[in-house]
Amino acid sequence: MEEIIKKKLKVSAIRNGTVIDHIPARNLFKVITILGLDKIENQITFGTNLESEKLGSKAIIKVSDKYFEDDEINKIALIAPHAKLNIIHDYVVTEKKVVEIPSQIQGIVRCVNPKCITNNESITTKFTVVSKASLAMKCHYCEKITDQEHLHIL
Amino acid sequence: MKKDLISITDYTKEEYLRIMELAADFEKNPNQDLLKGKVVASLFFEPSTRTRLSFETAISRLGGRIIGFADVGSSSVTKGETLHDTIKMVSNYADLIVMRHPLEGAARYAAEISAVPVINAGDGANQHPTQTLLDMYSILKTQGTLDNLNIFMVGDLKYGRTVHSLLMAMSEFQNPIFNFIAPDELLLPEEYKMHLREKGIRYFEHREFTDIISAADIIYMTRVQKERFADPIEYEKVKNVYILRGKMLENTKSNVRILHPLPRVNEIHTDVDKNEKAYYFEQALNGIFTREAIIAYTLNLK
Ligand SMILES: [Zn+2]
Repeated sequence: MEEIIKKKLKVSAIRNGTVIDHIPARNLFKVITILGLDKIENQITFGTNLESEKLGSKAIIKVSDKYFEDDEINKIALIAPHAKLNIIHDYVVTEKKVVEIPSQIQGIVRCVNPKCITNNESITTKFTVVSKASLAMKCHYCEKITDQEHLHIL
Repeated sequence: MKKDLISITDYTKEEYLRIMELAADFEKNPNQDLLKGKVVASLFFEPSTRTRLSFETAISRLGGRIIGFADVGSSSVTKGETLHDTIKMVSNYADLIVMRHPLEGAARYAAEISAVPVINAGDGANQHPTQTLLDMYSILKTQGTLDNLNIFMVGDLKYGRTVHSLLMAMSEFQNPIFNFIAPDELLLPEEYKMHLREKGIRYFEHREFTDIISAADIIYMTRVQKERFADPIEYEKVKNVYILRGKMLENTKSNVRILHPLPRVNEIHTDVDKNEKAYYFEQALNGIFTREAIIAYTLNLK
């Protein structure tokens, strides 16, 4: 109980909206950019470098009066695979969601292949995810595979 | 919808067979004025005389006119124009674009920008689908079928894009068997072996280039290129191991034919050239008919 209160104090509660928890602290600002939170008018509070057993150091974002479509929120799966969403209506969590790696990825990731056209001309990258378990994405252009080890977020 | 040919897997099995049929027709009757009044752009962002001449011969035999450049030195590309802008401009001028580019994925990107169809004549180490179709036509012509063939692939199976594409295409046909002969440094990548396993196709890997080739219907040779090796000593060790010599063909099947995408360096000894099983020069000629077929098909002229 005490633990819950402490957590609440760190980032204040919202009435309606979405709480995105368990974001790796180092990727907080990437998540903000990918979701376009830096371009909307909604009230947003976030906390970062919070203790997390699982992640070491995590971040949390609370967005008032905003509910995400699955397609939209799944974009962060590559950089925040353990993210958990709490959908809040009138201070009550009405739904919990986890993120899932989408089957198509546009932008977000750089192609591993230095000879790929996307690394040489201004082109939005496009990938088809060929494996989610051990991440493998096939470039729509050069057809090379980018895996977890070579993942580079744009 | 326009029919681009960027990767060999853009075509279905039915389309492979349609191209084979058309190529046979063009072989019988190479000069057909199907491209009369049409302009084809031949854009070679990197030089490849062999492929360019083959395409331009095919276009000429179809009665088309050619615009373009043979290397970037003579084009606006050297002035820093993006691929995007070059393709936008050219697709306003021409009815079809044939392009070769040193960067991988360049043809796929061009096809997205272009209003007219794009045929990929090679994008870096990625794809070269017209080579694969001419390889298939050569196989069909010499074997009478694309089914139930035992195909040996020799040399650089790691980086050799012609090997990868031919494997993908032939795996669409009935009961192929693949035998791969390569040094440890140049083994076939796992993703292709996985593809064969998923399709239930038998394959075998060998280090030695020996009399195992007696089972072959097709021996597909490739260059082992020095620049592929991080360690030059490793190259020295393997460079002479994968050479096909006339004597090695003594116990092979009478129907076996030797293919090579050319140019060769030393991987096929010149004493093979006069053997009736050598087919690589005819293979190159088949490229003209196959490219005529691809162009006619792409523009719905046949
Ligand atoms: Zn790529």
